[in-house]
Amino acid sequence: MVEDDSPIGLADAPSRNMNMIEAINDALDIMLSHDPSVVIMGEDVGYFGGVFRATAHLQEKHGKNRVFDTPISECGIIGAAIGMGAYGLRPVPEIQFADYIYPGLDQLISEAARLRYRSAAEFIAPLTVRSPFGGGIFGGQTHSQSPEALFTHVAGIKTVIPSTPYDAKGLLIAAIEDNDPVVFFEPKRIYNGPFSGYYDKPVEPWKAHPDSKVPEGYYRIPLGKARTVREGEAMTILCYGTMVHVVTAVAKEKGIDADILDLRTLVPLDIEAIEESVKKTGRCLIVHEATRTSGFGAELSALVQERCFHHLEAPIERVTGFDTPYPHSLEWAYFPGPVRIGEAMDKILEA
Amino acid sequence: MADRPDATTTGGSNRPALQFHVPEPKFRPGDAVDFSHIGVSKPGEQARPDEMCAPIDTTPLANDLVRVLGDDNVAHGPWDPRLDADTLRRMLEIMALTRAFDERMYRGQRQGKTSFYMKCTGEEATSVSAAMALAGDDMVFPSYRQQGILIARGYPLVEMINQIYSNRGDKLKGRQLPIMYSSRAHSFFTISGNLATQTPQAVGWAMASAMRGDSRIAATWVGEGSTAEGDFHAACLFATVYNAPVILNVINNQWAISSFSGFAGGERATFAARGLGYGIASIRVDGNDPLAVYAATRWAANRARSNGGPTLIEHFTYRAEGHSTSDDPSQYRSAQERSEWPLGDPIMRLKDHLIALGEWDEERQEKLDLECAEKVKAATKEAEKNGVLGHGMHHPFHTMFEDVFEDLPWHLEEQAAQAIRERKIKWPQK
Repeated sequence: MVEDDSPIGLADAPSRNMNMIEAINDALDIMLSHDPSVVIMGEDVGYFGGVFRATAHLQEKHGKNRVFDTPISECGIIGAAIGMGAYGLRPVPEIQFADYIYPGLDQLISEAARLRYRSAAEFIAPLTVRSPFGGGIFGGQTHSQSPEALFTHVAGIKTVIPSTPYDAKGLLIAAIEDNDPVVFFEPKRIYNGPFSGYYDKPVEPWKAHPDSKVPEGYYRIPLGKARTVREGEAMTILCYGTMVHVVTAVAKEKGIDADILDLRTLVPLDIEAIEESVKKTGRCLIVHEATRTSGFGAELSALVQERCFHHLEAPIERVTGFDTPYPHSLEWAYFPGPVRIGEAMDKILEA
Repeated sequence: MADRPDATTTGGSNRPALQFHVPEPKFRPGDAVDFSHIGVSKPGEQARPDEMCAPIDTTPLANDLVRVLGDDNVAHGPWDPRLDADTLRRMLEIMALTRAFDERMYRGQRQGKTSFYMKCTGEEATSVSAAMALAGDDMVFPSYRQQGILIARGYPLVEMINQIYSNRGDKLKGRQLPIMYSSRAHSFFTISGNLATQTPQAVGWAMASAMRGDSRIAATWVGEGSTAEGDFHAACLFATVYNAPVILNVINNQWAISSFSGFAGGERATFAARGLGYGIASIRVDGNDPLAVYAATRWAANRARSNGGPTLIEHFTYRAEGHSTSDDPSQYRSAQERSEWPLGDPIMRLKDHLIALGEWDEERQEKLDLECAEKVKAATKEAEKNGVLGHGMHHPFHTMFEDVFEDLPWHLEEQAAQAIRERKIKWPQK
């Protein structure tokens, strides 16, 4: 594991149990109080407090100059946020669903990502684009997508995906403070509780999970550092977001002594943690919800193959969503759940 | 069910056949040009409403053409900005310098000193006069044809040429295509190749200025062709929703590369009229009339500064030259267009106005043109000391990887090492 995983700014702060929404709301509240240049904007984020309640009460507390509703225009939201960043603000725009980030892509890819580079650092885009993502909620084609690979492919953008309330708060604060544009994808399936992959079991709330204990006040978790979810010897599992909880449950159920890495940040990637783990275990499973072809798993697989080849005792396996649009009624046939993950684990161990 | 004939039947319908309309410019190569269809209003006859008027009160201005300078070379009417002779002469000098700069850089590209250039010939007033009507720290978000703003703001010509040549002195470290300038010190936003993206950014900057209770405003420039981009709609929308202190300049120079303004929707409505639909005060101005451009910009700036909100200004002008050094306009438009253009040339018109005022003469103009050419020549020589594009790679390879992020992540550090290793193999003598 990497040497410095200790959150910054966290003394012996009192903590309370939060779900991921509350942790995100708390992070935003703290940053609005902490830094007058932070502003929050997006569809329904102001008076109403967001369709997922992530920005609840923030306008009331911090005023309309800091937290405000926008027209339904993702291109306008990101474009205006870039201009605000050029002025010297630190905007935190929300895109209501990651599936709707595409109208803002030109602004993100051609502008936010390149502003620093093309101006030789005269202008920067210190934005944090928050957006709920991932499936598992019967969201159908346009409320379930995981488009992270579109962003990891863009030079100049950082991509962050938390998997716990504790991380969500610490990583969001770090993302807002970061001077580079960050796409912050929030796995909405685990907003209210972790998810084991068994869709027919009742949702377990965050309260029972140790990572829902969130310190009060300011702390941040450095971007670019993975988290070891559990240490093991049998195989390395690289995952992020909702899938962290699914693979953990499957490994436990199958009694596999897996070394599970929650990547947390995809770019910049914690390559040291990955290498260290795979060199230890000699086996690697990569799991994500996004579609398979050219997904981020392909990049992870290539990196592991290039850098850990002589340590590998089995082919690298990828468990992902299928290469189809996200279906509605067949959601649980699509979702990379316990059966698909379990088979891949068996295959790796049998090799 | 809709009252339609069965789609499987053929013929037999007595309904008229629908016709597909593809806009076509009036003149193609070889055609005789007649611009009499262009409504050229009489200078001085357009009302100048109060700067804090309701957007709807600008309706006549969005469909007319605000003009100050008449064929008699005299300023007319309420839009006359009443500038003193020194200011007018400065405007003339900057426009002449901009034109001289374009001439020389165009030649430089033809001589292989750089890969690319774009002139703004005929459109100098739309940047120079507009810039002079703004405060120096108002933030501008230009497109690629507003080099006159940089010159008006005193950005050194040598720095511009360094950028165009991508040489050792280039502040953008050879990363950007020529003419994609950036100067934070001159409140000149980094130019992007992606059209119209700067328009919502300008609005966002203006929103930020208002949010912070600042007094600075923003202005952006976009060609009429690029108003077709979704970003321009977003810009107008955000500008009106938040009453942003911003000026949205549309440079209607009739051509977007080879496409005439009809392909941007200009056949049936003015570009200024679009602003009205958003509830934005809108003015259509003679873009070749430096006084009218100045006056409209000053009106809009005063309005923005007084929390009156955004203004859209359509500058009606003509792109006198090719789109870029990669373009040959004789392939798609009549060569006569330039000489027949009814609004003339902005530099000539201002010159003639100053002469009519008794504040200038042809001799001084000749001297000025010579001085401008000399100034540009000297700057070119100075910049060439830093090299030109063809003279090898001027920047250390590591710089290619810097500024992608604030800090260099491991993968870029590895790739930088690769590039530096390759250099020793590809160019061992250097």
